[in-house]
Amino acid sequence: MRVGVVVFPGSNCDRDALHAARLAGAESELLWHETPDLGGADLVVLPGGFAYGDYLRAGVLARFSPIMGAVRDHAARGGLVLGICNGFQVLAEAGLVPGALLRNASLRFEHRWVRLSVERRDTPFTSAIPAGRELRLPVAHGEGNYFLPDHELDVLEARDRVLFRYAPPEGNPNGSARDIAGVLDAGGRVCGLMPHPERAAEAILGSDDGLLVFRSLVESAAAATSARAAAVVA
Amino acid sequence: MTIATPAGPLHRALGLTDAELAAIHERLGRDPNDLELAMFSVMWSEHCSYKSSKPLLGTLPTTGEDVVAGPGENAGVIAIGDGLAVAFKLESHNHPSAVEPYQGAATGVGGILRDIFTMGARPIAVLDALKFGDPSAPRTRHLVRGVVRGVGGYGNCVGVPTVGGELVFDASYAENPLVNVMAIGLLEERHLTRAAAPGPGNLAVLYGSTTGRDGIGGASVLASASFDDASAAKRPTVQVGDPFAEKLLIEASLELIGGGLVEGLQDLGAAGITCAVSETADRAGTGIVVDLDAVPRRETGMAPFEVMISESQERMLAIVRPERLAAVLEVCGRWAIPAAVIGRVTDDGLIRVVSGEEELARIPAAALTSEAIVHHRLSSPPARTRSAPAPGAPEEPGDGLPERGMDPGAVLIALIGSANLGSRAWVTTQYDETVGSDTVEAGERSAAVLRIKGTTKALVAATDAQAQVAVHDPYLGAALAVAECARNVAVTGARPLGVTNCLNFGNPERPEAFWRFAESVRGLGDACRALGLPVTGGNVSFYNESPVGAIAPTAQIGVVGLLDDIGLRVGPAFRAAGDLAVLVGEAGPGLAGSAYAALAGLASDDRPPSLDLGREAALQRFLVTAARERLLASAQDVSGGGLAVAAAECTAWSGLGARLQLRVGMAPAVDLFGESPSRVLVTAAPDDWERLAGLAAAHGLPVRRLGTVGGDRLVIELVGDGATGAAEGRGAGVADAVDVAVADLHHAWRYALPRALGEDADAAPLAVEER
Repeated sequence: MRVGVVVFPGSNCDRDALHAARLAGAESELLWHETPDLGGADLVVLPGGFAYGDYLRAGVLARFSPIMGAVRDHAARGGLVLGICNGFQVLAEAGLVPGALLRNASLRFEHRWVRLSVERRDTPFTSAIPAGRELRLPVAHGEGNYFLPDHELDVLEARDRVLFRYAPPEGNPNGSARDIAGVLDAGGRVCGLMPHPERAAEAILGSDDGLLVFRSLVESAAAATSARAAAVVA
Repeated sequence: MTIATPAGPLHRALGLTDAELAAIHERLGRDPNDLELAMFSVMWSEHCSYKSSKPLLGTLPTTGEDVVAGPGENAGVIAIGDGLAVAFKLESHNHPSAVEPYQGAATGVGGILRDIFTMGARPIAVLDALKFGDPSAPRTRHLVRGVVRGVGGYGNCVGVPTVGGELVFDASYAENPLVNVMAIGLLEERHLTRAAAPGPGNLAVLYGSTTGRDGIGGASVLASASFDDASAAKRPTVQVGDPFAEKLLIEASLELIGGGLVEGLQDLGAAGITCAVSETADRAGTGIVVDLDAVPRRETGMAPFEVMISESQERMLAIVRPERLAAVLEVCGRWAIPAAVIGRVTDDGLIRVVSGEEELARIPAAALTSEAIVHHRLSSPPARTRSAPAPGAPEEPGDGLPERGMDPGAVLIALIGSANLGSRAWVTTQYDETVGSDTVEAGERSAAVLRIKGTTKALVAATDAQAQVAVHDPYLGAALAVAECARNVAVTGARPLGVTNCLNFGNPERPEAFWRFAESVRGLGDACRALGLPVTGGNVSFYNESPVGAIAPTAQIGVVGLLDDIGLRVGPAFRAAGDLAVLVGEAGPGLAGSAYAALAGLASDDRPPSLDLGREAALQRFLVTAARERLLASAQDVSGGGLAVAAAECTAWSGLGARLQLRVGMAPAVDLFGESPSRVLVTAAPDDWERLAGLAAAHGLPVRRLGTVGGDRLVIELVGDGATGAAEGRGAGVADAVDVAVADLHHAWRYALPRALGEDADAAPLAVEER
């Protein structure tokens, strides 16, 4: 499993994501935003931060960056993409996942530990999460209020594309529609989520639940590789 | 060139006295021209020159075997083993924040971060110490909102977690809030970089944002004069921050340093280019010639003095060998940062400013910096006055209390539900605490803990002040602040390494204000010597006055410590039902300056508690040893609100109650709510009691079992002289136990701050420990 973590100039969770991916056993490297080359990555992570300053709107400029063309192609080929926080905002701006991230309902930056219910466990992002297990992760954002018109939300839910929801007792930190914290694209290979699994990948940091997300991805990739190998042998 | 000014001589308009003008003449051997005068005015401002404080700061202990860089550099640096070192510093941005709270606070964060990465360290944490007036006043609310948003807005964007600090409300800060920010960085020792300009022939490269008219005269006009009604007109002297630009600057600077591409590095803060070139040249014994026309600008028509003293943010000056210029420009280009060669290092010791063929200024670098004017200010203690005692309080100062008929449980709820002692979540939820994925402990805990990846180690940091005691006794206030801050680091099991400080005082030209400063420096020095801690840097902020008066003398202290093994960390929250609760140390008399005194309306000149530095040092050694021997389940410093509030905090953080018995003397409030130092509330497994007690005794420390953790109530029964029998004579209720539900404590604590500030209740999240 090779993980490429995109570095926009204002990314600030890039090294954290790299660290977490390595803890999960993946080979990982940083990918510079000006180079439209993913270096053979199986999984591309768009990390948190303020890609190009985000003074206008979070993620609005990043979609035009050279590497995003490569990310788009990678996704179109069924490659795995995980957008965390600012990465989710970039994916939404780029149209790779549905919805928009509005300013938090509180109109403040919100840093809190939240609890996530895992809506599906049959995805590459969640396969290693034990049944019934909720994830305890931090959120840290000013614009994480997930929005989609109601009828589109109905469709999203009907197609099982809501992957994570904020759960009680801490609940919804930003006013997101239907408590949505993370969604999938139509193919189920691109995921955007607001909370930070990479910051909760070791017990010493308060939770290692986030490592389950990275471990799911590593295990899925390994399974896919052995399936491919089996197919070749067959 | 002429500078348009209001009526009167130019030097006075620039904040220089007639005597200072004469001293400039003496150093130059001639009259300065207008540009030179402008350069002197900013460099000889109190803010840049430390002209009033320098003689006293020289008395502080600054050496230690692990100190790699001390005062005089941008930040202190201490080696922590494994080839690593920690850089840290505390600095004020008070006046800008009073004038424009968001930008003032934001650029305060930006400035202190630059001090850290200029040394070659990656910034890993910020702590903010904020002081405001009455939280119900509209102006205070405006300032609090703006400052908190500003600190968060900047730190969150650059990706440095804000992990702790202080928020204090006191009437003395109403017109002159304090915004002190501490930053911590981690570096490989081999990357330590000096702010010097060695090697004549080397190039001075300015990189980062372009230069504009923002922040003209910030150091001289804003930071080095008291506040008055015209302060609003000083808004143009406040800089505007661009955290995205700073983020680029951090990455590019660390890359330049990592690649060995720079000979010296200096950030541009107060006094802009003038300060950067003169300080780097003076440190290296060289000179620099600045080509004014080469400075990239964001505005047209800027006068030479504006270019030379502009405080436009997010700029750096690198000293570069000519053969490495291309590589430096390549790095800056990759991070899309403008960079330009604006000067050259010379061997003549002069700062010269040229434009084309014309020489506009010619000043010895030393005259601007190391040989700047020094003032030996007059110092005299203020006349003693006695405030009127509260109803029921005795006429004579002492520890007698108006506790007649008071329910201590109700007092505890009132204290923990007060703006100064309640949960800080309203603030800390606006700060990104976890970016960097090193944060082990943050927020309102006494100290922040950050692990160091790739090692078993962790850095621990705290910042504290004791301004309410310093009002009575500035020497004691400063010493107590050092003791408390180091204790807050030691309760985690970490060994305190060193001290940084930010000394916030009134107008040094007033002998009484200067006496407070002098006494504080003496207290700071004595405490640091007693605890074996070097002072590695700091900052002085004078002129914190308004027409209503000076602020409480505020020596803000920052301490950084090292945990060799993160597995030995001790947290402050109660850990498990059944653990023993133990008080190490004992209460001493004196309630002046305490939260209880403020609540009970005691005469404010009641005696403050005294400090035994020898006992404090022993307590801190005990804490580190007890943690190493794994004897402590939790440890919490006893400070604001006293033992009862310390227990209530442990309860609020854990959701676990406790049943305690407290032996009280004739003044139960001293034992319950007094803030005398050198005490820690610890918990331990019952089996460890004897070893714990033995260890405390070996350190010469009193130690007493208080009771047991558990249940859904916090109960503190009072026994001893101050309890029933003896207390009956003084009225009913004195000997009542504290007996409150954990849920009630948590409720009062959780909503304290949003209630005091009139903010949304939902901004106070659940905060019970879940680890």
